Amino acid sequence: MFPATAWFVAMLVLPLIVVFVFSFGERGPAGGYVPAFSFANFLNLGARWAAFKNTMVLAPIGTIACLFIAYPLAYFLAVRASAKWQTMLLILVIVPFWTSILIRSYAWIFLLGGKGLPNVFAALGLGHIQLINTPFAVLVGIVYGYLPLMVFPIYVSLERLDKRLLEAASDLGAPPLNTFLSVTLPLSMPGVATGCMLVFILLMGEFLIPAMLGGGKVFFVGNALVDLFVQSRNWAFGSAVAVALVLVMLVTVTAYMRFTRRWSGGRDDISLM
Amino acid sequence: MRLYALAVYLFLYVPIGIIVLFSFNAGKAASQLQGLSVQWYGKALSNTFVVEAFQTSLIVALTSSVLATVFGTMAALALQGVKGKTRALFDAMIYIAVMVPGIVIGIATLIAMVTLFDVLNPMLKLIFASAETAPQLGLGYGSLIAAHGLFSMSLVIIIVRARIAGMDRSLIEASADLGATPFGTFRQVTLPQIFPGILAGALLAFTFSFDDFIIAFFVAGSNTTLPIYVFSSIRRGVTPEINAIGSMVLAVSLCLLITAQSILRRGAAKS
Repeated sequence: MFPATAWFVAMLVLPLIVVFVFSFGERGPAGGYVPAFSFANFLNLGARWAAFKNTMVLAPIGTIACLFIAYPLAYFLAVRASAKWQTMLLILVIVPFWTSILIRSYAWIFLLGGKGLPNVFAALGLGHIQLINTPFAVLVGIVYGYLPLMVFPIYVSLERLDKRLLEAASDLGAPPLNTFLSVTLPLSMPGVATGCMLVFILLMGEFLIPAMLGGGKVFFVGNALVDLFVQSRNWAFGSAVAVALVLVMLVTVTAYMRFTRRWSGGRDDISLM
Repeated sequence: MRLYALAVYLFLYVPIGIIVLFSFNAGKAASQLQGLSVQWYGKALSNTFVVEAFQTSLIVALTSSVLATVFGTMAALALQGVKGKTRALFDAMIYIAVMVPGIVIGIATLIAMVTLFDVLNPMLKLIFASAETAPQLGLGYGSLIAAHGLFSMSLVIIIVRARIAGMDRSLIEASADLGATPFGTFRQVTLPQIFPGILAGALLAFTFSFDDFIIAFFVAGSNTTLPIYVFSSIRRGVTPEINAIGSMVLAVSLCLLITAQSILRRGAAKS
């Protein structure tokens, strides 16, 4: 256990403390960091308001979009798919999540860019439609990137569901929609809660999708951070933005977990796969 | 229902398929298919920048995943006997390592290491006789491996621990009752049972490191990993060569993932 502990302390705990300390410092004359103690960086956070606003608007919308697309698929996999194909189909959903998000976003640059779908639309006589570098493109990228992460926890909770309950409901004469609304949906809520939390957390720190598909017009806090550390080399202010991001995440996730605890029945595991 | 599932699978796989298809483009135009050829693969593989970036990615992914697997497995095994505050603290660190965005981990590692090197490098100059020959610390393989290993190790701990939880304990007791040494029991009973978890964890760790862009972007120093190379090329425009590189990257991770997934599922089905 010692090597693992040392690794965690050196590469996680200490660096995070450094960020916290730096967030109270000042920018050096040539960039970097000069020790100081002031709240100036935090008071100046309004300068990056647009990035926080975009993140706080598009991350929840993206999460909900993932949920609505993922739920029927998870339901199909857990309840309807034949046992023979189930594992194979499930693997096919999960595998894209672990392949390069960079290459997968790039595929959408290719599809949504001027020579891709807009070209097809123009040929169909629909006129010029701008797709790339819009919030829509970023949302497509988000759903494409994080759909698998939403499907899996919902699948797990639907799969654990006692199928006899469904039979009982239909035997007792409940219409399929009622069975779904009063039996299936409530019992799958833990999976929904886990999936939403995982996707939302990852979206809050997203950089690549807005960078590739938002073209500088739709930017997240992650993009502001790269800008601050790479272009303007303002480490102190950048650290304050990073601390603010983690705080916003902590507050939202804690509030969310409080809110969903009654569905999950106290179960709050992180299922990664 | 079936149609809906088919539509989602098409949504997941058609964009990837199009990239692969266009990587075989015989023409020069990025988005007009003019016959099939493998010329772009040849171009990519004879581009020294691509080959060097690939080597860097491979070295970092191999080293970080091996270290993460060894230390992660050791930690997962040791954690069995740990309860109370120590356990809670360790769990919190795993949780933080997985949940804090990669971009924040990247930034934190960058500024912590640069600050540390700014202190250490003048000291090294003092220790060594001549200032020119004194070794200087900088960002590079070390920082890449350490930063990737952090996430990978958390991943391995989570997966191996799940395997240990599903393990048949009575076998360990039986082995001890029959007079096996603790090491013998570990090698012949525990290890074979948790091995699928270890292997799947290692494969996922490798894939994570091989595909990671954002952490590497901050801590790579003057090194270039394959994702960093691809990202900067995309900024210059879409070319068939990127399609070819992308297809190869996808192929590598697809192979590893399908292996990892089938090992995990087979293991899960058995227990």
